[in-house]
Amino acid sequence: MSSFFGGNSSSIRQSQPPPNDTQRKEAVMAQVRAEVQGANAKELLDNLTEKCYLKCIPKPGTSMSSAEETCVSRCMDLYFQAFNITAKTYATRLQKERIAQKDANAASSY
Amino acid sequence: MADKFDEATQKELAQFLEHQQAEARLNSQIQKFTSMCWDKCVTGSIGGRFSRGEESCLVSCVDRFLDTSLFVVKRIEEQQGKPPA
Repeated sequence: MSSFFGGNSSSIRQSQPPPNDTQRKEAVMAQVRAEVQGANAKELLDNLTEKCYLKCIPKPGTSMSSAEETCVSRCMDLYFQAFNITAKTYATRLQKERIAQKDANAASSY
Repeated sequence: MADKFDEATQKELAQFLEHQQAEARLNSQIQKFTSMCWDKCVTGSIGGRFSRGEESCLVSCVDRFLDTSLFVVKRIEEQQGKPPA
């Protein structure tokens, strides 16, 4: 992403605003998008690490055993699945509530 | 620093940012639900896949939490004698 900015900034100064504005705008958007996604991924990994640590390493030994590694691998897959199930359920529900709200508004306007 | 964006672009960016903020809020809700419902529903040892019960528990966990949230708001509104909007 730094190349995205770096590539633009030297050539941006002299020329006219319209085409550059579009590029600069796109660059800002790309960075914001990356930050939002990065923060989400980080939070997911933080949570997952804690949950799987609690599940798989009940008694920390002097090293991580292969059984513990297997458990963590499985746990990671399951946590991702749980995240997807939750996201889907929430999205479905939000949509349902939105439709219900719209119906209620329509009904009250009669 | 670079020049300011023109007005139309500023408007577009403001809208874009609002959108991204909404998405960030949605993300953190989903994170919260996942964490909470994991604790509630995934009680056994970790196998290769969820048991049928665990999976449906995750779904119900989210739905019932939202029911609870709606219920609480409704209760408070009733207690305050607030007419429905």
